[in-house]
Amino acid sequence: MRKQLLVLLSTLLAFALIAAACGSDGGDDSATTDDGAASDGEATDDAMAEDDAMAEDDAMAEDDAMAEDGASHSDATVGLVYDIGGRGDQSFNDSAAAGIERAKSELGVDFTEASPNDDGSNRAELLQLQAGANPLVIAVGFLFADDAANVAAENPDINFAVIDDGMMNFDVDPPAPRADNAAGLTFAEEQGSYLVGAAAALKSETGKIGFIGGVCCFGLIEKFEAGYIAGAKSVNPDIEIVSEYITEFPDFDGFNAPDRAKEIAAAMYDGGADIIYHAAGGAGAGMFEAAKEYSEADGNSKVWGIGVDSDQYNTVDPGVQEYVLTSMLKRVDNAVFEIIKAQTDGTFSAGQVVYDLSVDGVGYSTSGGFVDDITDKLDELKAQIIAGDIVVPTDPAEA
Amino acid sequence: MAKSLGRRVMLALAAPVLAVAFAVAMSSIVLALSGSSPITAYIDMFDHARKLETMIDIGNRFTPLYISGVAAAIGFRMNLFNIGVEGQYLLATLFAAAAGGAVNLPPVLHIGLILIVAMTVGAAYSGVAGVLKVTRGVNEVISTIMLNVIAISGLVAWLVREWQAGGGVNASGGNAGVGTEPIPESGLMPNLNGFVEIFTREIKQGKKLTGVLVIALLVGIGYHVLVNRTRFGFDLRASGMNPFAAQAGGVPPKRMVVTAMVLSGAAAGLVGMSTLMDQGRYSPNFVRGLGFAGIGVTLLGRNHPVGIAIGALLFAFLDVSAGILQISGSASREIVVIMQGIILIAAVVAYEVVNRFRQREEAKDAAAALQSVPPAGIEVSA
Repeated sequence: MRKQLLVLLSTLLAFALIAAACGSDGGDDSATTDDGAASDGEATDDAMAEDDAMAEDDAMAEDDAMAEDGASHSDATVGLVYDIGGRGDQSFNDSAAAGIERAKSELGVDFTEASPNDDGSNRAELLQLQAGANPLVIAVGFLFADDAANVAAENPDINFAVIDDGMMNFDVDPPAPRADNAAGLTFAEEQGSYLVGAAAALKSETGKIGFIGGVCCFGLIEKFEAGYIAGAKSVNPDIEIVSEYITEFPDFDGFNAPDRAKEIAAAMYDGGADIIYHAAGGAGAGMFEAAKEYSEADGNSKVWGIGVDSDQYNTVDPGVQEYVLTSMLKRVDNAVFEIIKAQTDGTFSAGQVVYDLSVDGVGYSTSGGFVDDITDKLDELKAQIIAGDIVVPTDPAEA
Repeated sequence: MAKSLGRRVMLALAAPVLAVAFAVAMSSIVLALSGSSPITAYIDMFDHARKLETMIDIGNRFTPLYISGVAAAIGFRMNLFNIGVEGQYLLATLFAAAAGGAVNLPPVLHIGLILIVAMTVGAAYSGVAGVLKVTRGVNEVISTIMLNVIAISGLVAWLVREWQAGGGVNASGGNAGVGTEPIPESGLMPNLNGFVEIFTREIKQGKKLTGVLVIALLVGIGYHVLVNRTRFGFDLRASGMNPFAAQAGGVPPKRMVVTAMVLSGAAAGLVGMSTLMDQGRYSPNFVRGLGFAGIGVTLLGRNHPVGIAIGALLFAFLDVSAGILQISGSASREIVVIMQGIILIAAVVAYEVVNRFRQREEAKDAAAALQSVPPAGIEVSA
């Protein structure tokens, strides 16, 4: 009896130790992804060589601001709430983390971060807790929109910002902010997609390119597709474009199904497409694998994939790095940084802020140097979009 | 007699006390190993839980966990492992939301309709697994797992788009805050804030204690009465302990299986009600996983109505603590999941250990009683 008890207890201890090891592993992961995110930021800075001057100006302006009222900066704190998964997703959340790390080093703000339980049941609780401790609360992801509007109404003295949702009430005319203290930070994904679409058409040798969307029919991913198609057609009106979505709303599994993305991509490459752009979050890894496998098979010429959100040249498995033609950058880090800067400057305002090409909210990456020969053309298109000469559609039917 | 009563009480308390003590010890080790101070973490958790607003959060989390636990327990009492609570409650909630949004009735009728639709759909869907078991001999574990997939990835995914309010998805600003037609005010259960405020103070931060808590308690009482005070409950427990003996005693086994599954599903249908009444519609990101969480709660509570309540309260407390632990910086979110896991394992093991100890003691007592009082027949022959 006593012996059995001992065996049981030692087994349990072993379980707990394994669990503890996993827990500390998690910690290590987030630490390493911090580094990854930081280097990510550097790489994209390099990528946007022409923006460096601007960035320096910004930095100088910030230095000035810090010199003026350096004391008040130490008081400014930010509460960041990630979406499920938190840091370490190599995508959205990590990009937000990079933005707040930059705000910490450049603006001197302190921050606390949190992510919801696995079922997302405590989003509102986390927002409320952060609002109790910080004058600015940033929620990463459109799933926070309703909770943020409610919590913002309860905390009129605290400012809120939601990434990827406009936080606008479209039922009234003209549309008004859903709360006087809530900003919605959205991105002109179609503009960045336009540029990578043009890059795909310029680089394609078969005259056929592909698009893989993660989840269709809830309005967000179609913006990527529309911009991509319009951009490709702008440089080659005869180009053939195949589009496919992994899952349909409300089944969001498509953003995390690399196996299915791989199947779709393999079929597209077999069908003659030589460049595919994915807007499928974590599932995109499968597309790059398919590109590698197809390219390495006998008698096939090299095919490419285009990444999304972050500079995927730096985040994908090193084995498939050489198949990342470019990436459509969605600079969540810039949006996070800018809203914190607005808060410390006292210029925070409610309602929708669109981060487009003109403020480097979106863009394309040049890591790997595969698009170096066409950057002139792409930057020309970029200038035309910023100037308003090109209006990029957001509906694939209009592209 | 007094001695044996004292020992029985001690044995009954031994298992939960042992489990909690062990879980606290293990969690402390895990916390220390992951670089956090266990003392600080526990102080943060309890300080946070002492606030009225946090108690509201715990109550709101307790409600679905408890109903889900009872739903699973109804099956467990008959040795039916209903893993399908997950699919049953999501499907039931979607139907209830659609029905509630489609009509305009006086308040009591409207709420009643929503609850009845939810229970009916949950019962019907769970009944499918019961019927499959008695007519085709399909194990309910297999069928409910498969029915979960059909419900969640199939029916719910399809119907939530079919029943999309406004006939389409609002793409402006990348907004997924969409779902079924909103339920009018008359269909939403009033919150219990007014009742709580009589005894305490004004509830701040816009927190609302769900009115479905009352239904959860009614479900718990109903479960107790049904299982312990009715003929059906007796048959249910008898079938669970020994189906063959029960059948010999006149309990129809097939009807018992189907009835137990139907009742379990009816309770499961109510799991999503607190969230539905709060949000007013079924949104595509409706909270998932409550069905599986309920199985853990039931295991912790040993199928006992009060035990399940304690288990649900404990899990709700831990879930709500996840936020404060991260924001105070005293521990990471994952520690809560680890603690819940340790508590579950510890409880299962502790009950088993205490049970064996009890059996051994009983055997020893019986042997001692036999030795000290020799049978009368032996004396005569000697």
